[in-house]
Amino acid sequence: MVFLKLAIKSLKNRVFTTGLTVLSIALSVTLLLSVERAKRAAEEGFTQTISKTDLIVGARSGPLQLILYTVFNMGNATHNVSYESYEDIKKNPAIEWTIPYSLGDGHRGFRVVGTNEDFFKYYHYRGSQKIALAEGDVFKGLWDVVVGADVARKLNYKLGERIIVTHGVTKGEGVQNHDDKPFVVSGIMKPTGTPLDRGVYMSLQGMEALHIDWQSGAAPTPENAVPREQLNKDTLKVHTITAFFVGSKTRIDTLRLQREINNYKEEPLLAIIPGVTLSELWNGLSYVEGVLRMISWMVVVVGFMAMLIALTTTLNERRREMAILRSVGATSSQLVGLLVFESALLTLLGVISGAVLSLVLVAALKPWLETEFGLYLTGSGFTAREWVYMLVTLVGGTLIGLVPAMRAQRLALKDGLSVRL
Amino acid sequence: MSSSNILVEMRDVQYTYGANQKPTVHIPEFSIVRGEELFLYGPSGTGKTTLLEMLAGVLKPQQGTLKILGCEFSQMSAAARDAFRAEHMGYVFQNFNLIPYLTAQENIELPLHLSAGRRARLGSVDSEMVIRALCGTLGIGDILGKKVGELSVGQQQRVAVARALLGKPDLLLADEPTSALDTDHREKFLKLLFELSDLYGTTVVFVSHDRSIEKLFTRSISLESINKVV
Ligand SMILES: Nc1ncnc2c1ncn2[C@@H]1O[C@H](COP(=O)(O)OP(=O)(O)OP(=O)(O)O)[C@@H](O)[C@H]1O
Ligand SMILES: [Mg+2]
Repeated sequence: MVFLKLAIKSLKNRVFTTGLTVLSIALSVTLLLSVERAKRAAEEGFTQTISKTDLIVGARSGPLQLILYTVFNMGNATHNVSYESYEDIKKNPAIEWTIPYSLGDGHRGFRVVGTNEDFFKYYHYRGSQKIALAEGDVFKGLWDVVVGADVARKLNYKLGERIIVTHGVTKGEGVQNHDDKPFVVSGIMKPTGTPLDRGVYMSLQGMEALHIDWQSGAAPTPENAVPREQLNKDTLKVHTITAFFVGSKTRIDTLRLQREINNYKEEPLLAIIPGVTLSELWNGLSYVEGVLRMISWMVVVVGFMAMLIALTTTLNERRREMAILRSVGATSSQLVGLLVFESALLTLLGVISGAVLSLVLVAALKPWLETEFGLYLTGSGFTAREWVYMLVTLVGGTLIGLVPAMRAQRLALKDGLSVRL
Repeated sequence: MSSSNILVEMRDVQYTYGANQKPTVHIPEFSIVRGEELFLYGPSGTGKTTLLEMLAGVLKPQQGTLKILGCEFSQMSAAARDAFRAEHMGYVFQNFNLIPYLTAQENIELPLHLSAGRRARLGSVDSEMVIRALCGTLGIGDILGKKVGELSVGQQQRVAVARALLGKPDLLLADEPTSALDTDHREKFLKLLFELSDLYGTTVVFVSHDRSIEKLFTRSISLESINKVV
C-alpha cells in the first residue's frame, strides 16, 4: 500500500497545514453536531415540559391557550372551572389521579399557583422526573408557600421568608397587593428546567383565603375585610379552580375520558392531550430549527472552503513531488487517487475529532447548560441524523479533494520537474 | 553497426519552447548505440537538459521522429511515455528530484512500487537485497534509513543514481550529476557508475559542460555538432 504510506508521510511532512485543515473541519463538525444536539434537547425539553399527564382540563377555549396558561405560565384563562364539576369528574372510575390548578395571582412577576399535595406526587416532567424539594417542606399550613428554584434564586428567598401576593400577575403600578395576608416560604423546589421553576405554590385554601373578602373582583373595604387570624384551612371551602391535570388508568380510557369531558353537560369544558398539543406547538416553531440547521451547514461549507484553500495552496508546493512520482511511473489517475485519498483522510480525521470534541463539550457543559438554560442534553451516542451529517461531511470533504487533484493532473510534467529546490 | 544495435534513433527532431522564434534543439540525425557510454557536452543554455528530457519522454518532440527501442516516441501519449520511461529508463535529474520527506531507501524503491514494468525487470529476486547490494557498491549503504532532506548533495546524487539504476534499465540518462563533486570524486563516481552499467547492460547518456571527464566515456560528442540551431 505505497499510496497510503505516501499520503501519510506527505501529510506528516506538512503537519502544520494539515493540522489547521483538520481543525477547521473538526470545528465545523462540532458546531453542526452541537446545534443538532441543542435542537434535540430543546425539542425534548419542550415536548417533555409535562409528562405522564394524560389530559389537561380547563374551561372551554383553545387547546393552545389552555396549555400555555397551565404549563408555560403564559396568558390567562378566560373562565374558571367550578369545584363541583371538578369533584364530579374526579369520581370517574377511569381516572387514577388529578391535580387541581388555580391561577390568577402573582408575586413580583412570578405566577402563584393554588394546588394540593397531589401536585408533588403526580406532576411529572421529562419522562419520570418528579418535583423535589431542595429545602423545607410542602405547604402544610394555610399560609405556607413553596417557591420554584428560579424564584428562590432571583429573589434570594430563604425558608421562613414572608411574602406578599399580588392580585393579578402583572407587575407595576395600579396593582393591588394582598398585603393584609402575608405568606411564609415553607419549601424551596429543586430546579426542574421547566416553567415550574418560575412559580409560587400554595394550597387551594390559601388561594381561596386571599379572595374570601373580595366581591366580584374588587378589593374589600376596610369594614368588611376578613382578618387573617380568623381563617382556618379546614373550614375554608374552595369554590373554583382554573384547570386540572388528569392521569387515567389506561391509554384507551384517556380517549373516552377526553370525549366525556368535552361533552360535559353541567359546564363547557375542554380536555386536551398535552403531548399532542406540545408537538403541534413545537412544529409551529420548526422554522427556528430550520434556521439553526442552515447556519450550521453554512459553517460546514466554510470549513470545506478552508480545506479547499489549504489543499490548493499546498498543491502548488507539491507540484515537484507529484512530478517526481509521475517520472518514476505513477499514472495521473493514481495521482488523482492519492490527492483524493489525502483529502478523505483529512476529512475523516476532522470528522472524528469534531465528533469527539462535541461529546467532550456536551459532557463538560452539561451541568452549566442545565442550570443556566434549562437545556437537558439527553442520550449519549449519536442519532441516525447525526451519523448522516458526519457521512455527508466526509463525502463532501473527499469530493473537495477532487478539485486540486484535477488541477494537478493537468500540470505538465516538465513544470514540476524543473521546480528549483 | 547493425540496426538492432541502435537503441535511440533521432531524425529531424525539433523542440521550441513556448513562443520562442528559434528552436532550442534541432537534431537532423543522431543515434545512440546499445551499451555505449556517451558523453554530450556543451555550454550552459545550449539545450542539454531539453534533449535529455525529450529522450526521457518528459518533453515531446514537436517535429521529426524519435525512436527508442523501436518505439516511436513522438506518437505516444504522455501516459504511454510515462509508463515507457518508468520501465526502460533511469533518469538522474540535474536537481536530483528526490522526495525530501521519504528516506533514501523509500526514494530508491519508488519506481518498483509505481511501475509494474520496472518491477518485472527485477525478476523474482528480493528487492531489499538488490537495493542493499546496489547501495553498498555506491557507498550509501549506511544512510538508507535517513530522510533525503538530511543528506549531503553528494549523497543525494548517489541516491538518485541508485533509484535510476534499480531494475537494470536499458537507458540511464544523467544530467550533470557530478557538478557538485571535486575532480577526484568525480572520476571515482563515474568509474563506479560504469561498473554498474556494464554489469546491467545499461546504456549511459551523460550530459555536462565540464569536459574534464570525457576521457572516461566510450564516446564524447559536442552537442553543438549535432544540434543545428541557426
Ligand atoms: N521551461 C522553459 N521555458 C522556456 N524556455 C526554456 C525552458 N527551459 C529551458 N529553456 C530555454 O532553453 C534553452 C536550453 O535550456 P536547457 O535547460 O536545455 O539548457 P542546458 O544546456 O541544460 O543548460 P545548463 O547547462 O545550464 O543546465 C535555454 O536558453 C533556456 O533559457
Ligand atoms: Mg541543464
